Parts: sequence; structure tokens; C-alpha cells
Amino acid sequence: MTSLLAVAHQLLGVAASGYAVGVLAALAARGTAGRALTAAGALAGATATLALGLWCLGTGATPALELPWLPLTGMALRIDGLSAFFLVVVGLTGAAAAVYGFGYTAHEGARYSLRLLGATLNLLLLSLTIQVIADNALTFLLTWEVMSLAAYVLVLTEHDHAGTVRAANWYLGVTHAGFAALVAAFLLLSAGDPAMSFEGMRAAVLPSPVRDTVFVLALLGFGAKAGIVPLHVWLPMAHPVAPSHVSALMSGVVIKMGVYGLLRISLDLLGGGPAWWGGVVLGAGVLSALLGVLYALMEHDLKRLLAYHSVENVGIIFMGIGAGLMFHSYGLPALATLGLVAGLYHTLNHACFKGLLFLGAGSVLQATSTRNMEELGGLIRRMPRTALCFLVGSAAISALPPLNGFVSEWLVFQALLGGAAIPQPEVTLAMPLAVAMLALTSGLAVACFVKAFGITFLALPRSAAAAVAREAPPTMQLGMAILALTCLALGVGAFLVVPALGVAIAGLGGLPATAVRFSLDISGGISGAPGEMSPALMAVGLIVLGGVTWIALRLLADRRLRVGETWGCGRVGQTPRMEYTATAFAEPLRRVFAEVYRPTEDLSIDFHPASKYFVQSIEYRSEIHPWFERRLYAPALRLVRMVAHRARALQAGSVHLYLAYMMVALLVLLVAARWPQ
Amino acid sequence: MTGYVLESAQVVLALVLAPGLVGLVRWMKARLQGRRGAPIWQPYLELRKLFAKQVVVSENASWIFHVAPFGVFVTAVAVTLLLPLLTVPLPLDPAGDLLAVVYLLLLGTFFLALAGLDPGSAFGGMGSSREMTVAALAEPTVALAIFALALGAGSTNLGQIVARTLADPLAVISPGHLLGFAALFIVMLAETGRLPVDNPATHLELTMIHEAMVLEYSGRYLALIEWAAALKLLVFFTLLGNLFIPWGVATTLTPASLLMAAGALLVKLVVLAGAVAVLETRVAKLRLFRVPELISASFVLGLLAVTSSFLLR
Repeated sequence: MTSLLAVAHQLLGVAASGYAVGVLAALAARGTAGRALTAAGALAGATATLALGLWCLGTGATPALELPWLPLTGMALRIDGLSAFFLVVVGLTGAAAAVYGFGYTAHEGARYSLRLLGATLNLLLLSLTIQVIADNALTFLLTWEVMSLAAYVLVLTEHDHAGTVRAANWYLGVTHAGFAALVAAFLLLSAGDPAMSFEGMRAAVLPSPVRDTVFVLALLGFGAKAGIVPLHVWLPMAHPVAPSHVSALMSGVVIKMGVYGLLRISLDLLGGGPAWWGGVVLGAGVLSALLGVLYALMEHDLKRLLAYHSVENVGIIFMGIGAGLMFHSYGLPALATLGLVAGLYHTLNHACFKGLLFLGAGSVLQATSTRNMEELGGLIRRMPRTALCFLVGSAAISALPPLNGFVSEWLVFQALLGGAAIPQPEVTLAMPLAVAMLALTSGLAVACFVKAFGITFLALPRSAAAAVAREAPPTMQLGMAILALTCLALGVGAFLVVPALGVAIAGLGGLPATAVRFSLDISGGISGAPGEMSPALMAVGLIVLGGVTWIALRLLADRRLRVGETWGCGRVGQTPRMEYTATAFAEPLRRVFAEVYRPTEDLSIDFHPASKYFVQSIEYRSEIHPWFERRLYAPALRLVRMVAHRARALQAGSVHLYLAYMMVALLVLLVAARWPQ
Repeated sequence: MTGYVLESAQVVLALVLAPGLVGLVRWMKARLQGRRGAPIWQPYLELRKLFAKQVVVSENASWIFHVAPFGVFVTAVAVTLLLPLLTVPLPLDPAGDLLAVVYLLLLGTFFLALAGLDPGSAFGGMGSSREMTVAALAEPTVALAIFALALGAGSTNLGQIVARTLADPLAVISPGHLLGFAALFIVMLAETGRLPVDNPATHLELTMIHEAMVLEYSGRYLALIEWAAALKLLVFFTLLGNLFIPWGVATTLTPASLLMAAGALLVKLVVLAGAVAVLETRVAKLRLFRVPELISASFVLGLLAVTSSFLLR
């Protein structure tokens, strides 16, 4: 046992020192060697984190560490199953982002400070690693704040661009509002325990209204970080403007910290609760999934589209977790495990394929200097390996078999289908709606990614920049390839991943480890799930059938092939103007969901002065503004400004008045301190 | 071992039957419209012709264009491996359930839609856009139909669903079953590109959905795509017939039961083909922006199916 813990401690030490090397190299060294050392430090740290997570999941060890580096409570660290799983998520995405970042920042030294970028990136990875293994509230909150601030600095990297500062400010505002909720939640949870340890919180018995308040505060705080509607407005602003490997990290890992926190507080520290907790999480998940994908469909900025898809996928994760929490409250441990496993699996998968997609978008951005899909096209010939990786990512996020997105969405479906076992009829009748909305989300996601991949990479280039694009440098390709292969492996190897997730869940909230029975054979069935399927067999079957078909065609069919022009009804020549555009592709869905989008349309036609039948020019403008900012945030901000304005009256500028305030405050405090007697 | 041999035979049977099914629907439509119509085996002749012809590929197309026909065909054949065509249970039953079937078909549509965008023509883009709209909007109804079936059977695996309904014959006329059948019938029309959603016989750009995506294809590629479309029709007919009315499906592997299963399957296919032919003759094609209304109607039917399955458990 001690040797297992020793290995775990050593890996943790390697991880921390890797990041430290990265930070120092970024600040001290210069040139290509400096960047390489920074990236190597981040890569070493991330790989050690990944190894640590896999080690703890594999051996079941739960190492704990107490360090006196923080005042008041000291720094307490502990790696249990859930922490180990999230260490894997952090390590995997961090490693790919580090490798990619080395190539990405090669030519950006003139535009922004690479030292700050490299140092903050390593700091972010370090704070993420420490955060998931924190064992008392102060460590958790401190590393949470370091993570938020590091992400803020990273979002501000390209601060000379117009929207970047606004995006970063929105991000900072929402994340700090969430942080306030989290501080309140942890203070309530610790119930007077000065060490504020998680162990103490688990043991404490709190009255039901306090538990409900803690849950709501945790949901607000962690939901703001995760990007649940309506707290998601910062996501489509902040993620596109950050450098691409930072966007990959933020979308892949940072928002998952919200998922981690919610699970930690609601299931582990509070030990589960009434059914409405799971119901609220499930409902928020459904709403986020639908609205996220609907707004993603209408986006033509490649990275904003991916950011909205992060909102959608966090919604799907919350659906799985909400279902799990609900089953837990109804005393159905097998189904609860299924729901939680589905949510966690989707967390890992989303980190992989969203990271991959953001890295691909970054390659495209670097090659063509534009994120607008309407100016791209034909990149599959100019950037074949990026295109292949982006295709794998698109297929994975569209939940197409046999990749990983399909497996986790299938698991979420099975968890929701298990809702038939819930004894309460009004809850059971809501489950089919959740299933239908998940299916709609999935279908719309496929449509969105056909658009994203097809318009960006296929057909003819729509602008000069796209026509001269060059393939990404080898390190960037390597970063993408790592994640693409992982997507495939996580899909086909589901029968290995699911038992590991079972280990991660076991013991949380009193879920008995014996309820976690997973068939280790290749069929990947899960006890309690109404259905079986095997992505490995599907992959083998598809490959075999493909081979057989190809051979049969070679032998039996005509083999001639001629290259000709695209059919154009007899027109002469083809230009990119004759291709379909992204706006046109999404237009039918825009009409179908017009009530959600409320697009504004502006049409002006210039006629020839001589006759109304000859049109000189037509200008059409249509905009879709998500109503959250206008209807929800603007009134709230107005209220805050009004209150602040009124409060200004307190600061009249007179020193005598301030002295009077201090005296009154002192009197009130003295009275309040002595009053209980 | 016999199970695997039988499963391979089922796939071959499906491949052989599928073009004939399309030919049957066309022949029935022709007769209903007062024409003599091409013989039922016309699609086989078309496939033979296409396999012997040269392929012409657009100069703007990439490798996606070459891979997509294989993708569509292979996923359709993979689905027939999971289908309870003649017998249950199949040895490959644990490899995929009804959700896997739906997503495998979606994989084929994904590749076909990308191939529509690849040559850079406006027809292809339009076809892809419309196809993805219809496919996305049909997904919730399919999910609800699966939910309704899985409620009764306790599993989403096809073999289990058929076995459960065979064991409880009265379940066939339960409201949940009938409403689910109606919902899935409408989805079948949408997914296989039949009137009133899409006209499989048209080449007018304003009315095409599936045909627009495959406009650039020729030769053996087009043959694969046409065959895959016919297979998809067979798959949906089999799902409608054998999941909702599983009489005749063999549970033992004796020659007598297999013959009866084949006969029952043919009867169901002919009846469903007749229904589709009558519908296609009587109903005009819906405007594209009216199709979501039709699919919403099927969604409501699906919702009612699930609710009645719950309440009458």
C-alpha cells in the first residue's frame, strides 16, 4: 500500500515541478528554446497528471497529503476516484494543448507576449490539477480563483482586438458572481468547522433548508463556470477570442470544473438530496443543450460555433448527472450509477473532441487569418491532415458510431430510458420529453457540423486567403492527432472505460460499490441499462464490410474514372460564388425555429431611376441576437447601477461623516457581540 | 455457427430484395396512375447498367466524394446485420440496439450530405441542407418511438422487442403500439425520401432533397448509393413490420419456420409497399417549409404513444 501511495506522491511531485519548470522557462528563457522549454514543462506536467489519474483509478489508491502552506486551515489534498478521473481529463487535454501550443505560438511573438502566455498556461494547468484534489474548502476556493484569474489573463492575450476586452470583462464578472455563491455555499457547508475540511462536511448533519440553499448556491456557482443557460453568455464571447490551444483547454477542462464541483458538493459532501435537485439539473441540462445547439447552428464564426456547442454538451453532461441524482434520490443505485457514468463519460469525451475541434479551428485560423466560414472553403486539399482531424472531431461530436460521442450519448439515452422505473408518474412522464429533446439536439448537432466541416473544408475556396492556406506545422498536427486517436480509442474501447468510471463513482453519496457491475466483455453492456451495444464490434463490422465492398467493386464493377466539370445546367465556368453558403445551409432551420431566434431582417432594393422593373442593387441584412443579454442581463445590470448610484450618496466626501460611520459601526458591533448575554 | 450463417444469409436476402422492393413500389404507383409501368425488376437492370458505366467525378471533389458511397452502403448493410428480418434472436444482437441502428443510418446521411457539398454545386448544397433539416427534425419522433417500444419490452435491443411482442400478442393492438406505428410510418416517409416529403422521381431543383445530393454521382458510386437507398427503405419497412406486428418471425431455426418467416416478411413488404404507393399517388408533395408541420404531427403521435404506454402499463 505504501509503495502505491509513494508512486502517487512522486507523480504529483513530477507534475508540480513540470509546471514550475514551464512557468520559469516562460518567464526567463527567450526564443525558440524558451518556448520549447515552456511547452515541455507543460507537457511533462500534464503527462504526469494523466499518469497520476490513471494510476489512482487503476490501483484504487487514495493518497492524501497535508501541507501547511496555507494560513488558517493548511492545504489538504486527497485523490479519490472522482478526482482521479478529472486528473485524467486535465492531463489529456493539457498534454495535447501543450504540444499544439508550441507550434501555434511560433510566429506570434510580435503580436503578444509569449512569456505571459506560457507562464499563465502552466499556472492554469497547475491550478486545475490542485483543484480537483483539494480536500478542504480554502484550498479549493483559492485554486478556483487562481484558475479563473489565469483564464482571464489568457483570454486577454490578444487584447488589441476589439471585442476581447469586453469578452474578458464579461467572463470575469460572471465567474466572480459565481465565486461569491461558492464562498457562501462552502461557508454554510462547513457549519462552524474551522478546518473546513471535506471530511468534516461529509459528517456534518445540516437541516434541510440549509442543504437546499447550499445546493442552489453550488448550482449557481458551478453552473456559471460550466456555462449553463442562462449563465452562459460569457462563453461565446470569451472562448473565440483566446488563443486556440487556450480555447481548447477552457472548453475542454475549465468548464468541466463546474461539473466536478457540482458532483463533489451535491453527491459527495451533501450525500445526495431530494428528487428536485436532480430534476433542476436535468431541466437546466435540457435547456442548455437545446439553446446551445440552436444558436450554434446560426453561427458563421468557427470558434463561436464551437463555443455554443460547448454549452450544448455541458447541457448533455448535466442531463446525465441530473438523471443520476434523481435516481439516487429515489433509491435506484444501479440506474444512478448509469446516469453518473454517462455524465462523466461525456465529460471526458467532450474534452477530447472539443479540444480537437478547437485545435483544428486554430490551425485554420492561423493558415487563413479568418474565423468566418463564409470566407473559407477548399481547405481539404490545402490542409489535408487538419481536415481529417477536424472530420474525426465533427463525427465524434455528432455522436456518430463508433466514436466516443456516440457511446456517451447512448449511455445518457439509456439512463433517461431507465426513468420508467421511477415511482412518481409526473416525473416519469417528463422523461420522454427529455429523451426527445436530446434526440433533437443530437440531430441538430449533426446538421451543424455538416455545415461547419462542409463549408470550411470542401468545394472551392471562397476568398484569396483560403486559396493560399498552408498546412499546419508538425507539432500542431501532432496535438490534433493525439486527440483524434483518443476519440477513436475512447469509442472503441468503451468496455475498458466504463469500469474505470464505475471506480470513480463508487462510494460517492453512499452509492454501493457492489451496484457498479459492468460486464467486462466486449459487448459493453451495463447492469441496469435497458440495452446493449458494442462500439468495438460495430467498428470491426464497418471496416470489414467496407473492405468486402471495395474488393467486390474492384472485381465486378467497371473501374474507369474520368474527371469532369461540376454539373451547372449548361453554364460556362464555375466560380466560388456558385457554391452554397453557410447562411443558406442553415436557413431552413432558421425558418423552422424563427420563434426562438427572432431574427431581424432588413431589405433595401435600389431601383433604376428610369424604371421600377430594373433592380440595380439589393442589400439584405439579417441579425440574430440571443435575447439573454437584452432581457436578462441588461435589466440586472441596470438595477446594480441604480443601487450603486444611490449608494454613492453615502460617500459624501466629508471626513466627519466617515468618522461618524466608523463610530456607529463600532457601537453596533460591540452591542451585537455582547447581545446574546 | 448456424446462427452466423443464417445472419449472413439474411444480409444477402436483404441485398437481393431491396431493389425489387423499390421496383414494386414504382410498379404499383404506375398501375394506380393508369400507366403500364416498368417491370418490377427494373431497378436490378438499372444497377447492372450503373455498375458497368464509367464514373465521372467533379474536378472540385475531394476524397470525401469517393468515400461517401461506401459509407452510405456499408452503414446500410451494417444495419441489416442487426435487423430482425427472419429470425430472432440474432447472434449479433448484443452488438447494437435500435438507437445504434438510428445512429448508423445517421452516419450514412452525414457522409452523403458532405458529399453533396463537395463538388461545389448549388444543387448539392441545397440537397444537403434540406436533407439535414429533415433528418434533424425527425430524430425526436424516432427517439419517442424507441422509448415506447423499449417501455414495453424492457430493452432497446431489437431481438428483445420482437420476442416480447411475440410473447404477448395483445400488445400489438395496444394504443401505444398503434400510435407508435403511425408516428414511425410518417418518419419512414421522411427518412426514405417518399412523398409527401420528397419525390424520389423528380429532378427539378426546387423539389429535390435526396436526388439533389447525389446529382453529381455516376457509375458504380451511384449504384452503391441507389442500392443503399433501397436498403434503407427495406430496413424501415422491416422495422415497421417486424417490430410492431412480429407475427411470422421465426424463433426457432427449422426450415418450416424460416419459410413461414420469409413468407410473412414478403406479405408485410407487399402490404407496406402498397400503402406507400397509394399514399404517393393520392398526396401531393409538401412544400419544404410545411414538412416540419408534418413531422411535428408525428412527434405528437409519438408523445401520445409513450404516454399511453406509461399509463396502460
